[in-house]
Amino acid sequence: MGTKEEAQGTLSSTDFGVAASAFILNWNTICSSFPPWTWVLSHHQVEGYLSLENILLSSTQEEHGELSCPGPGKHSLQEDPIDVDDATLVHINPCKVHYYDLHIIYCNSYRVPVLYFRAYDSDGEPLEFDEIEKDLPAYSKKALSDSKWTFITQEEHPYLNRPWYKLHPCGTSEWMKLLFHADDALAKTGVAIELYLVAWLSVVGHVVGLRIPFEMMKQL
Amino acid sequence: MEEAQKYVWEGAIPLQIHLHESEVTTLPTPPPALILAPRIGYLPLLVPQIKPHFSNALPPGSPDTVWFDYNGLPLKWYIPTGVLFDLLCAEPERPWNLTVHFRGYPSNILVPCEGEDSVKWGFINSLKEAAYIINGNCKNVMNMSQPDQVELWRSVLNAGNLEAYVRISSKLKLGTVGDEYTDSGGQGQVKTGNYFTLQDAVKSILPEYFPNKSSTNEESSRDEDENEQKVPSEEGEKYLSENVESFYPSDNVEIKLVRIQGIEPKMEIPFSWVVKNLTNPEHYLHICVCLKVPQVL
Repeated sequence: MGTKEEAQGTLSSTDFGVAASAFILNWNTICSSFPPWTWVLSHHQVEGYLSLENILLSSTQEEHGELSCPGPGKHSLQEDPIDVDDATLVHINPCKVHYYDLHIIYCNSYRVPVLYFRAYDSDGEPLEFDEIEKDLPAYSKKALSDSKWTFITQEEHPYLNRPWYKLHPCGTSEWMKLLFHADDALAKTGVAIELYLVAWLSVVGHVVGLRIPFEMMKQL
Repeated sequence: MEEAQKYVWEGAIPLQIHLHESEVTTLPTPPPALILAPRIGYLPLLVPQIKPHFSNALPPGSPDTVWFDYNGLPLKWYIPTGVLFDLLCAEPERPWNLTVHFRGYPSNILVPCEGEDSVKWGFINSLKEAAYIINGNCKNVMNMSQPDQVELWRSVLNAGNLEAYVRISSKLKLGTVGDEYTDSGGQGQVKTGNYFTLQDAVKSILPEYFPNKSSTNEESSRDEDENEQKVPSEEGEKYLSENVESFYPSDNVEIKLVRIQGIEPKMEIPFSWVVKNLTNPEHYLHICVCLKVPQVL
């Protein structure tokens, strides 16, 4: 990552690839109990994006006394997951369970990663935006209602040609700039690219209620 | 030079719009609506003209969001009408026959549209993106005064007021391409020597379709794959989006034609001229490319 890009909080598409590889390695090692992020190739194998699918982000889990184990094939990525054994399984009201697919895709125009997501219930039916809004942390709900420019919009997924929700990228470089400048050591060692996505996701993930495990955050 | 811009601004596509048969409740079937659609405009903006034409024939109950299809293909409402036409009608169809629906919005395929507001925000977002690519920030667009915003949108909405548009958009400082094709006298004379052509531009985005060796491909074309490119007014910045997935290896695929604003310019034309005169109001240049693909054996 050239100093110029670093200073602007942006990164090139090649650097995104590097950052993504580092991120996957890190995540899958440190957070091995979590579902893994994968790299999906597209566009004639030239471009790719990060994918994490079938995860539970439902805040309705707080209604139950203990954290529950999701159904087979589904994973939970809630606040602070604890080990659950079968004895403490609590039946989740299937109507309340929301699953999310997250894709991190590089945006050529803004030269930053962008989060695309979609949400559906246990029958695979897509969720309406007002249901998704209920899942969002309180501060996001407020930001949504305050914001002059809606920052969650529905747009066509760049590769899948279907409508997905997207977190608007136009402010990203500004706060990434702040994040990196806040830490001199980070800027000097040039480890910046590799940690770009952890840093980025720690902010962006917050918006949708995705918590980055502490072990990953320690690196920043 | 302003003449070319005016020509583009006033370009229009004659449309013949049919109500989808499933929504016709009267006999005889209502005749299609004939509308002249501005090339730089968007289909949802035509709804106020179309709806009254069919209101008698529609089934009772409140209608859903309006959407259009061409030969069964739902049309992306945020793409300018002229671009849709250039892309989907390799052989220009006049009038262009489209079907309108007032029900059954395909929300698994099309991004939602709430009429003029959605189109306007889509337009402003594109303008922001173009500003970001050109200037490295969207400040000028974000800081537009409310009256300016209103007037800018109105000039696009009616595709009428080019002067108002030019006046307001020049405040955004989005022109960066130097006039390489005129000499200092501004007479429009082409400078001899090297300049970046349209061919160079397309080649830099789609290098795989410009064979280095002489082509020995003699197979006839069976099908046409179409690509749409958006290149904002700055050289070197590209954004590629394919509307149709290409499954053919690039080896035997050639470019059949390149169409911009309904024109097939000579490929040797200076690219800076193309950018200056053929861009859309949101500062994107839409280049429609038709490919010739060999018959699958």
